[in-house]
Amino acid sequence: MSDTALHTRTRRKGTWLGLVAWLAGIVFFLPIAWMALTSFHSETDAATNPPSWLAPLTLDGYREFFGAGGGASPWPSLINSAVASVVSTLCVLLLALPAAYALSIRPVKKWTDVLFFFLSTKMLPVVAGLLPLYLFARNTGMLDNIWLLVILYTSMNLPIAVWMMQSFLAEVPVAVIEAAQIDGAKLPTVLSRIIAPIAMPGIAATALICFIFSWNELLFARVLTSVVAETAPVFLTSFITSQGLFLAKVCAASLVISLPVLAAGFAAQDKLVQGLSLGAVK
Amino acid sequence: MTATTTARVAAVPASTAKQPSSRLRGWVTRAPLLPALVFMIIVTQLPFVATLVISFFDWNALYPKARHFTWFGNYAEVLTDADLRRSVWTTILLTAAVVLASLVLGLGLALLLDRKFRGRGIVRTLLIAPFLVVPVAAALLWKHVLYNPEYGLLNGLLHYVGGPQPDWISNTPLLAVEMSLVWQWTPFMMLILLAGLQSRNHEQIEAARVDGASNWQIFRYLTLPHLRRYLELGALLGSIYIVQNFDAVFTLTSGGLGTANLPYTVYQSFYQAHENGLASAAGVLVVIGSLIIATFALRVVSSLFREEASRA
Repeated sequence: MSDTALHTRTRRKGTWLGLVAWLAGIVFFLPIAWMALTSFHSETDAATNPPSWLAPLTLDGYREFFGAGGGASPWPSLINSAVASVVSTLCVLLLALPAAYALSIRPVKKWTDVLFFFLSTKMLPVVAGLLPLYLFARNTGMLDNIWLLVILYTSMNLPIAVWMMQSFLAEVPVAVIEAAQIDGAKLPTVLSRIIAPIAMPGIAATALICFIFSWNELLFARVLTSVVAETAPVFLTSFITSQGLFLAKVCAASLVISLPVLAAGFAAQDKLVQGLSLGAVK
Repeated sequence: MTATTTARVAAVPASTAKQPSSRLRGWVTRAPLLPALVFMIIVTQLPFVATLVISFFDWNALYPKARHFTWFGNYAEVLTDADLRRSVWTTILLTAAVVLASLVLGLGLALLLDRKFRGRGIVRTLLIAPFLVVPVAAALLWKHVLYNPEYGLLNGLLHYVGGPQPDWISNTPLLAVEMSLVWQWTPFMMLILLAGLQSRNHEQIEAARVDGASNWQIFRYLTLPHLRRYLELGALLGSIYIVQNFDAVFTLTSGGLGTANLPYTVYQSFYQAHENGLASAAGVLVVIGSLIIATFALRVVSSLFREEASRA
C-alpha cells in the first residue's frame, strides 16, 4: 500500500469516527432537546404518537408551571432552593478555605490523614444519619426550616470543597510566598496578592459544584421540609403522579428548575471532573 | 525562613521553656482547620452514632411507650424479612448494572472524544448535559416524556419503525430505572476516563506506533493498563453515589414493582411505617456496604493522590 493511500484511509476512518461521536452526542442530548421542544408545545400536541415535531410553539406550558392555571406557584420553592444553595455554598467556602490553607500551604502534621477523614465522611451514606436528624429537627422545632438545610448542605459539600481547594492551593508555589514574606509582606497581603489570583479559578469552580449538589438534593429536603421550606426538587415531586395531559408543564418545570444547574455546570466544565472525583483526577 | 526556624527548634534539646511556644505554634497552624473539622464531626458523625444506638431498639414511633432494647433483633429482622432482603439484592443489582453499563459506554465515548474532529467541543458539551439535569427532573423526563406507553418519545420512535409499544416501567421496572441512571452517569464516567486518556504518555504511544504496533495492541497493552486506575476510580465513585440513589427510585416507581433499594426502604420504613429501629438497622447495613466500597475507593484515591504529589 502506498503512503498516500494509507494516509487517506486513516483520514477517512477519522471522519467516520467523528461522525459516530456526533451521533452519540445527539443520542445523549435527544431527551433534553425533546424536553425543551415539548415544553413549548400545547398539551395536546405534546401527547401524540407518532410525536409531533413541527407543532406550533406556545408558552402555555410555562404559564401553567408558573401558576397561571391556579396551581401552586413554584416561586417560593425556587427562592428556597436559591437560599439553601447560595448560603450553604458561602458557608462551605468560609470553612473550607482556611482548612485547605492548613492542609496545603502551611500543612499541619498528618495533613493527609485529615484530608482522608474529610473524604471518608463523604462516603457515609445520607440515609445513615437521616432518622436522628429528623428526630432532632422535630424536637427542636427545626422541621420545615430552610436553615437546617443550609447546615446539612454545608456538611454535604464541605469534604468536596476541602479536597478541591487543597489541590488548587497546592499549586501555589511556596517559594513565591516565602519570598514575599522575606520582603515583609503580612498574611493578608500574601492571601490577596499571591494566593487569591492563582487559586481563584479553582475556588470559583468549587463554588459552582457545591451549588449544583445543593440545588439537586432531594432526600434531606423531602424528609425535613414540607410547606414553608420546600425546595425546587421537592416541588418537582408533585409531578410524580400523572395529572392528565401535563407533559408540556412537566417539561417546562424540569427545564426551568434544571437551568441554574446547566448554567453552573457549563461554567465549571473544565474543573467539573476534578470536583466530581474529589480532586483525584486533574 | 520557616525551615530554618524549625531546624533550629529541632536542634535545641527540648527544654521546658521551649515547649509551650512550640505547642502554641502547633495550635496556630491547626486553628484554620478546626472550624471545618469540628463542624464535620458534629453534623456527620453524631447522627450516625445516634443511628447506631437506635438500631438496637425496637422502636415504632407510633407506639413510643413500647420502646425497648432488643440487641440485634432489628438486624435479624432486616436480614430475614423478605422485602428488606430483596431491597438489599435490588441495591446490589441496580448499582452493579448502572456502574458497569455507564463505565463501558463512558469508555467508548471517551475514546471517541480523545481524537480530534470537527465540533469536538460541541459534542463534549452535548454529552455532559445529561449529568447537569436535576436528578428529579431527569427522572420525571424519563417517566412521563420518554417511557409513557401511549405517547412517550421511545414508543413514538419505535412507531416509526413499526416496533412494539411496550409499557416500559410496568414491564421492566428495574431496567427502566437503570436506563435513566445510565443516561445520567455515563457523562461522569466519560469525564474521568477522558482525563485518564489525556494523561497518557504520548511519546510512548508514538514510539510503539513507529515500532509497528497496531491500534488494538496499543489500546490493549498501553492504554488499558494506564486507564485501569481511572476505571477503578470511576467504578468506585459511581458505586458510592449510586448505592445511595433515592431520587430515581422515588420518582420513577415510588419503590414499587420490586425496585425499592435500601435508601428508599430506609426512607419508607421510618417516614411512612415509623419503624425507627428497623430503619436504623437498615441504615447501618447501607453504611457497612458503603464502607466496603469506600475502603477500596480510598486506596485508589490515595494512590492517585500520591502519584500526583510525586509528580508535582
